[in-house]
Amino acid sequence: MNCDLQIQPGGEMQTGTARKLYTGLDGAVIGLILLAGLAWAIAVAARGPDPLLGAQSWLIIAGFLVGLIMLAGVYADGGPKEDPKQYAEGVIKAGVIASMFWAVVGLLAGVVIALQLAYPNLFYFPEWGFLNFGRLRPVHTSAVIFAFGGNVLIATSFYVVQRTCRARLAGGLWPWFVFWGYQFFIVMAASGYLMGITQSMEYAEPEWYADLWLTIVWVAYLLVFLGTLWKRKEPHIYVANWFFLAFIVTIALLHVVNNLAMPVSILGARSYSLFSGVQGALTQWWYGHNAVGFFLTAGFLGIMYYFIPKRVDRPVYSYRLSIIHFWSLIFIYIWAGPHHLHYTALPEWAQTLGMTFSVMLWMPSWGGMINGLMTLSGAWDKLRTDPVVRMLVVSVAFYGMSTFEGPVMSVRAVNALSHYTDWTIGHVHSGALGWVGFISFGAIYCLVPWLWKRKGMYSKALIEWHFWIATLGILLYITAMWVSGIMQGLMWRSYNELGFLEYSFMETVEAMHPFYVIRALGGLMYLAGAVLMAWNVYKTIKGDVKEADESVTPQPAAIKA
Amino acid sequence: MAARKANPKPGTGKMADKREIDEHSGAETTGHEWDGVKELDTPLPRWWLWIFYATIIWSIGYMILYPAWPAPPGMQGYTPGVLGHSDRVNVAAEMANLEAERAEGYARLVGATYADIESDPVLFRFALAAGRSAFGDNCATCHGVGAQGFRGYPNLNDDVWLWGGTFDDITQTIRYGIRSSHSGARFSQMPAFGRDQLLSRDEIRDLTQYVLDLSGREADQDAVVRAAPVYQAQCAACHGVEGRGDRSQGAPDLTIDNWLYGGSRDEIYNSIWRGPYGVMPHFDGRMDDGMIAALAVYVFALGGGEDSPPRDETPPAEG
Repeated sequence: MNCDLQIQPGGEMQTGTARKLYTGLDGAVIGLILLAGLAWAIAVAARGPDPLLGAQSWLIIAGFLVGLIMLAGVYADGGPKEDPKQYAEGVIKAGVIASMFWAVVGLLAGVVIALQLAYPNLFYFPEWGFLNFGRLRPVHTSAVIFAFGGNVLIATSFYVVQRTCRARLAGGLWPWFVFWGYQFFIVMAASGYLMGITQSMEYAEPEWYADLWLTIVWVAYLLVFLGTLWKRKEPHIYVANWFFLAFIVTIALLHVVNNLAMPVSILGARSYSLFSGVQGALTQWWYGHNAVGFFLTAGFLGIMYYFIPKRVDRPVYSYRLSIIHFWSLIFIYIWAGPHHLHYTALPEWAQTLGMTFSVMLWMPSWGGMINGLMTLSGAWDKLRTDPVVRMLVVSVAFYGMSTFEGPVMSVRAVNALSHYTDWTIGHVHSGALGWVGFISFGAIYCLVPWLWKRKGMYSKALIEWHFWIATLGILLYITAMWVSGIMQGLMWRSYNELGFLEYSFMETVEAMHPFYVIRALGGLMYLAGAVLMAWNVYKTIKGDVKEADESVTPQPAAIKA
Repeated sequence: MAARKANPKPGTGKMADKREIDEHSGAETTGHEWDGVKELDTPLPRWWLWIFYATIIWSIGYMILYPAWPAPPGMQGYTPGVLGHSDRVNVAAEMANLEAERAEGYARLVGATYADIESDPVLFRFALAAGRSAFGDNCATCHGVGAQGFRGYPNLNDDVWLWGGTFDDITQTIRYGIRSSHSGARFSQMPAFGRDQLLSRDEIRDLTQYVLDLSGREADQDAVVRAAPVYQAQCAACHGVEGRGDRSQGAPDLTIDNWLYGGSRDEIYNSIWRGPYGVMPHFDGRMDDGMIAALAVYVFALGGGEDSPPRDETPPAEG
C-alpha cells in the first residue's frame, strides 16, 4: 500500500524553529491537562468523601502519571519526531491493536452475561459482586460500542482522512493524546461500572468526571480531524469524511447535553442530572438513539465508503445518492429518539414525531446500503474469492436489514408488541454484530497488511473460518431473539375471557430459557471468530505471512500530484 | 479499473475535463478521485426515491390524523389530530370497563365462605381465574409457577401445611404474611441452636439422628437415646412430644418425612444449627379483600385445602 508515499512538498509551512515552538506548545498544553487531572485525582485520594471514587482514584492517579511519563519520554528523546512528508501511521496501528483487544474483551463480557441469563444459578458469584449481571452488562455494552467501535472509528477515520485529503494528520502529538486519552476514558468508565459507579443512564453510564475527560479527548479528536481536512490537497472532501465529521460533531453534542449534571462534591463520584422525569427520559433517548445513528451508523458508513470501493477496486455507485442520503439521514435521524418511549409518560404527540421520522428514515438509511452493494457491480465475483469482501458485503446486508426492521419496530402498533422484549435485543445485535462488527473486521483485515506492509493477512483460511463461524453465530443469535421476543410479547398480552392475564411473568421467563441458551451459543461463536481474527492479526503483524495469500491485497492506484 | 475519456460536455466547466465513462456500467464518473477511489454519477434509483416520497406522505397523513406537533406558545398544548385520538383517554376507559366488569365478582367474594363460592359455578370460575392471575404476579416467583415450591418455599399443592390449610387459615396467611412487617403477621422463631451456642455440636449431631428416627428413617439408636432428653427439653414445646408439630406456631411435623429445608442428615443438622427463619410478605394493603379471597380460593383449590381445622388429627403421610 501507499503508506510510504511522499506527500506533496510545499504544503508544510512549519519548518525549523517555528515547528519546534509549535510542538513545544503541544507538549506543554497536554502536560498541563494531565497535571490538572493528576492534581484532582490526588485531592480525591486524600480528601474525597466517596469511598468508591477514593478507591478508583489510585487507578486514575496511575493513569495520569503514566501519561506524564510518556510525554516526558517524548521530549527527553528530543521532542516528537515526525516526518511531515509521511502519513501518520503509528497511532493508527495502535488503534487497530486496541480495537482487537477491546473486541475480545467486550464480546467475552457479552458471552458471560448471556450465560448469566441462561444459567443464573451457575454463573452467579455472590462473593464477587463486581461479576454480577448488573455490573457486567454496561461493561459489555460500553466495551463493544465505545471501546471496540470507538477505536475502530478513530483508527479508520485517521487513516481515511489522511489518504483522501493527501495530508498528514494534523496536530502533532494530539492524535496520540486522543488515542491514549480515549483508552484511559474506557478504563475509567469500565472500572467504575465494576465498582458500582454509574449514573444509571443506558449507554451513558460514566459519571461526570469520566464524561468531562471524554469531552476533552473528543474535542481534541474533532480538532485533529478538522485540521487535517483544512490541510487537504484534494479540492473536494470525500464522502467518507462527511460521515466521519457528522459522527464526531454530533457525538460531541449528544454527549455534552445528555451528561449535563451537577456533582454532589467536586471530589466525589455522584452527580445529579439537569433533567428529570419525562424530560430526562426524552433527553436520554435523544442521546441513546443518536448514539446508534451517529456513532454506529454514520461513523461506520464512513468506513464503508472508503473500504468497499478500495477493496473491490470499483468506483462508488452514485455520488448523487451519497449526497441525498447523507443529508436526509442526518436531518431525520436526530428526531427519531422518542420511539424508544412509546406508550410511556411521554406525550403522544412526541411519540408520533419519533415514529413518523423513524419511518421516513428508512430510505435515507437504505441509500447507504445501495451505494455499498452496488459499488460491487462489476466485481461480484470477488464475493467468491475474497472472504474480506464477503464480510464487508454481508455487513451492508445486515445494515439494510436492521435499518428496515428499525422503522417497522418504531410503528406504535408494532412497538406495542416488541417493546421491552428480546426482539429489541435481536434487532440491536443484527446491527451490532452484523453491520458494525463485520464492517470493522473487514476494515481491519484490509488495514493490517497495508499498515504493516505485508503482502496479505497471515492466513486466508482463518478469515474464511472467521466469516462462517461469526455469520452462523449472528444467525443463531438474532433468530433466537426474534422467536423469544415475539413469544414473550405475545405471552405478556394474552388475556383469558375474564380479562385476566393468561401467563405470569415467571412463565414467560421460563419459556425464554432455551432461546437464551441458543443466544449464548451464537455469542460464543461470534467471540470464537474474533479470537481467530486476533490470532491472524497477531501473526500478520509478526510477519509470518504466507506467500500464497498475497492476492487478497488489491494494488492501489497511485496518488497523483 | 478500465476507463476512457468521456466526450467533454460544453459549459460544464473545468470538472468535466476529468469525467470518464465507466466501462462496466456505462455510467459517467464525477471526475473526482481520492486515493484511487472514484465516484459514478449514477442518478438516484427511482424506486428508492418513490418509496422515500411515500414514507414522507404517509408520515404527513399520520401527523394530520394523530397528535403530532407542539403548538406555538399561547395556544393549546399540541395539535390533537383529526381523529381526536388519545392513548390516555382510551386506556382509562378500558381500565374503567374492566374494573366495572369485575367489580361484582370481587364484591361477592368478600366475606364469603369457600362453600358459598364453590356452590356458585360462575363465581367459582371467576375466583379461580382472578386467583390464578394474582398468584402468577405475586406468588409464583417464590412458590413456583405451578405452586410446586422450592427449597425454603413451601409446596402449596400437597396436604402439608405449616400454619393450617383451611380457607380461613390460607386467607390469614396471605393477608398478614409470615414473620412479615405487618403487626398481625404469623410469628414464631426457632432458635439457632448451633450458631447461638445453645447446644454443642455433639448434641446437635445426636438430635439430627433423633429427627431422622422420628421421620422413620435409619438412625444411630445410641444417639437417639442420648438425644431424647434434649429433644424433650428444647424441641418438644413447639414440635410436640411425639414430633407431630404444632400449626398454631408454624412448627413442622417431623414424623412425615416432608422437609422445607431438606431432609438429609446434613440439611437437618444445618436447620438445627441456624434456626430457619422463613419470611412471607403480607398482602394487606397491597391487594383488596376481593383479590385476597380469590387468591385464597385458588390456593385452596390447588389440592391441599382442608375442610375443618384438624387440630387433633394426624395429617396424612406424604405419598
